[in-house]
Amino acid sequence: MATTTTTAPGQPTTLVGKAALEVDDRLIVAGPVRRTLNKVFPDHWSFLLGEIALYAFVVLLLSGTYLTFFYDATMTEVTYQGSYAAMRGIEMSAAFESSLDISFDVRGGLLIRQMHHWAALLFVAAICVHLLRIFFTGAFRRPRETNWFIGVALLVLAMLEGFAGYTLPDDLLSGTGLRIFSAVFLSIPVIGTWVYFTVFGGDFPGELIIGRLYILHVLIIPAILLALIALHLLILVKQKHTQFPGAGRTEHNVVGNRLFPTFAGKATALFFIVFGLCAALGGLVQINPFWLFGPYNPAQVSAGSQPDWYIGFVDGGSRIFPPWEIVLWGYHIPPVLWGALGIPGVMFTLLALYPIIERKLTGDTASHHLLQRPRDVPVRTSLGMMAITAYVVLWISGGNDVIAEKFDISLNAMTWFGRIGFLVLPPIAYWITYRICLGLERHDREVLEHGIETGVIRRLPSGEFIEVHQPLGPVDEHGHGQLAYGGASVPKKMNQVGGARRAIKGFFSPIEEPAEVQRQAELEARGLESEQASRELTGSGRPSEGGRPSEGGRPQQEPRD
Amino acid sequence: MTTTEHGPGSAGGDDTSGPLHGGPDAEHSPEQLAAMDRTELDRLGARYDGVEVLHVDPVPPPGSPLDKKNTRLVTLWFALAGLFAVAFLVIYAGSGWFLPSWEWEIGGSTWSAIYTPLLGATMGASLICIGVGLVLYVKKLLPHETAVQDKHDGSHFDRVTTGATLMSGLDNSGLPRRKVLLGTIGVMGAAFGAMLIAPLGGLIKNPNTGNPLGTTPWAEGVRLLREDGTPVRPGDQQVGSLETVFPAVEGGNRAADAAVMLIRLRPDQMATLVTAEGREDYGYGDYIAYSKICTHAGCPVSLYEQETSRILCPCHQSQFDVTQGAKPVFGPATRSLPQLPITVDDEGYFRARGDFPEPVGPSFWNIGRLD
Repeated sequence: MATTTTTAPGQPTTLVGKAALEVDDRLIVAGPVRRTLNKVFPDHWSFLLGEIALYAFVVLLLSGTYLTFFYDATMTEVTYQGSYAAMRGIEMSAAFESSLDISFDVRGGLLIRQMHHWAALLFVAAICVHLLRIFFTGAFRRPRETNWFIGVALLVLAMLEGFAGYTLPDDLLSGTGLRIFSAVFLSIPVIGTWVYFTVFGGDFPGELIIGRLYILHVLIIPAILLALIALHLLILVKQKHTQFPGAGRTEHNVVGNRLFPTFAGKATALFFIVFGLCAALGGLVQINPFWLFGPYNPAQVSAGSQPDWYIGFVDGGSRIFPPWEIVLWGYHIPPVLWGALGIPGVMFTLLALYPIIERKLTGDTASHHLLQRPRDVPVRTSLGMMAITAYVVLWISGGNDVIAEKFDISLNAMTWFGRIGFLVLPPIAYWITYRICLGLERHDREVLEHGIETGVIRRLPSGEFIEVHQPLGPVDEHGHGQLAYGGASVPKKMNQVGGARRAIKGFFSPIEEPAEVQRQAELEARGLESEQASRELTGSGRPSEGGRPSEGGRPQQEPRD
Repeated sequence: MTTTEHGPGSAGGDDTSGPLHGGPDAEHSPEQLAAMDRTELDRLGARYDGVEVLHVDPVPPPGSPLDKKNTRLVTLWFALAGLFAVAFLVIYAGSGWFLPSWEWEIGGSTWSAIYTPLLGATMGASLICIGVGLVLYVKKLLPHETAVQDKHDGSHFDRVTTGATLMSGLDNSGLPRRKVLLGTIGVMGAAFGAMLIAPLGGLIKNPNTGNPLGTTPWAEGVRLLREDGTPVRPGDQQVGSLETVFPAVEGGNRAADAAVMLIRLRPDQMATLVTAEGREDYGYGDYIAYSKICTHAGCPVSLYEQETSRILCPCHQSQFDVTQGAKPVFGPATRSLPQLPITVDDEGYFRARGDFPEPVGPSFWNIGRLD
């Protein structure tokens, strides 16, 4: 075979090259590796939101593994003798004792514990923001419905994982949350008491629940999360990433950076920044100081008890739901069922089914790889804002006692605000969003038709004053622009189409020769005509990018649809 | 190149390797590839992956002031990252060695109080510096490349051939016509699946054995104890105040459903006191006792506002009026807090006259139907 002759052309001569050949001879990976390195990723800041969630998950796995070396998930009653003087001699569960030990007796343990908690908050937050990006740009449309379902499942699992996690210290705050959860289990019609006894292994709290939550938290849910994340990414790679419309971007291509080295460099940078943010927060910003709350005691609670942020809306739903207990032939359905299970259940069901609902309503069953601007789909955008408003009302209601106290508002008024607001504010949000979308759409069309307002006022011979408009492209005999709207952002300021000169680089003192920059800019402007044909695909076509002063302030080529 | 195999398992004769990988290797001989430079090879490979590099914005030429400045900048950030990492190591390992101890005590040293913040700040700064350095590296030192990759729809050929393979396999198995076998496999599968999950049945607990949801540790003659275990006498409490008491049984102060609020009413509250029928004797003098466990979601209702006679649950803000049988007057709770019948024993201490007349805590499906 050819590999046996060392003199053949193209044979590696360097040590690394020879080693690589040895590897490929055995594993035959050169082809797949090249395909991976060459994979093109579109470039937009909003495509990094999901990555933030992914990196937060990595931080969670690393810091969480560390914590398991010290945590003891048993509910055996012990008397604390550790180094935190304020708790010495107090009866508590071994779980709480080991949590105190991580915080006070393990060198650097508090940092890792708080880093873990912050990363968890960031994880769910990043998932939510990522989900909103997907929703408002229509990235969930065919063929990506599967990844939408997986994403919704990931969000629900992440919330459960977070709940299980912050319950593990078995402190007064989390124990109170667990008790509320037990009431939710109990409220399920017909099988509620059975579910409750099964989950707790008897009456609340029993001696099993912390151990069970622990195995859920460190094994079962993370394993499912990991599998679903892997599937989520595999499907993403297989289907290729969506991109915003722009010059050269079609339904059948992806314009951006290759994985190696640009995208890989940026992604790694983001990982380090996310990791660093979690570490900085974990060290500098106290979170869940359970040594101030004390061990769980069913007879105690502190005012202003709040769950982690992502459970807040469930709590809010329980707070504002009216005291309606349904009694049928002596059987009861308590209101906590609707507030804590019903509202989130409906919300997540609608969320998961949204791609199907939209497909049914619009009849749009085509595949889409180009994203939409939220303004171009006013109904969806307004529905999204409506859902966000309802969520925020619930979320605010979850902390209505804190707001009532801090702002000196009647607590009952806050509850009524939540009850009325939950019903009234979402439709108002829908209406306002719809009007804003239409206004933005019309303004885009107006600029395309009449050009950009230059701020230059000209006096006509007749004495009339007019503002000069800069057309974005060819105009017809009436001076109206002939460009059609292409779903991409329309420049609305002269600076976005090269109205400003490129800034000279240098923070304190210029590091470029102003004259040289000027000369280059002129050269570029002159070279533009000849280059136009080849540049058709290269400019992102989104004038807000192309015309950035840092990119030379080249006069923007005519945007095309 | 061919070889003749005579080893075990060989069918004998010539064992010839097929074409290496089809397309690219056939089209490009090693000699042709050797004649190309790196960029050309890179672009050639990219084309095979459906990628076209459209445009490369060159970086500042090596040695130019801008290039030097950019290199210095990136180097600076990586150097900072290294410095912060070293600072972390020094703080982490040096505390209690050549630095003050890290172990925190109430009123302890400043160092122990800033130990964790310093660790977080240095570790975070180090990681963020690496991140910033990498961003600057990509933005300032790498050529900006715009590439476009084709996106393909599913292949009709693949669909048809894969479908044929699957269906012919199914046909060959004969399962569709062997109805009895198919039916048996279905039933077997269901039974097998049920067998696999059956052991989870060990988790199930019957909530109806011994009525645990309808009873508490309180019983006839059980004394009311404070958290510290001391019994309570009439007159111990100030008028208008509330005290949490527990049953005088083993573990009574830790039981989830036993906490009771013993309330001493003011005279004006006594005047407006409404008692349910048949419960006129549940209180003792100006004392009444209610379960502390909220009937909404089981939190301890703890915030007693004397002036309005209201007890507020801090979890979901249900409010109960103690002068009206602890009836819910606002918020999501639907049932009154159960009242504990109390009296005073021969030694002058409070004791219960029995368990609560109804279940304590949140409502559930058959709460009205417990024995």
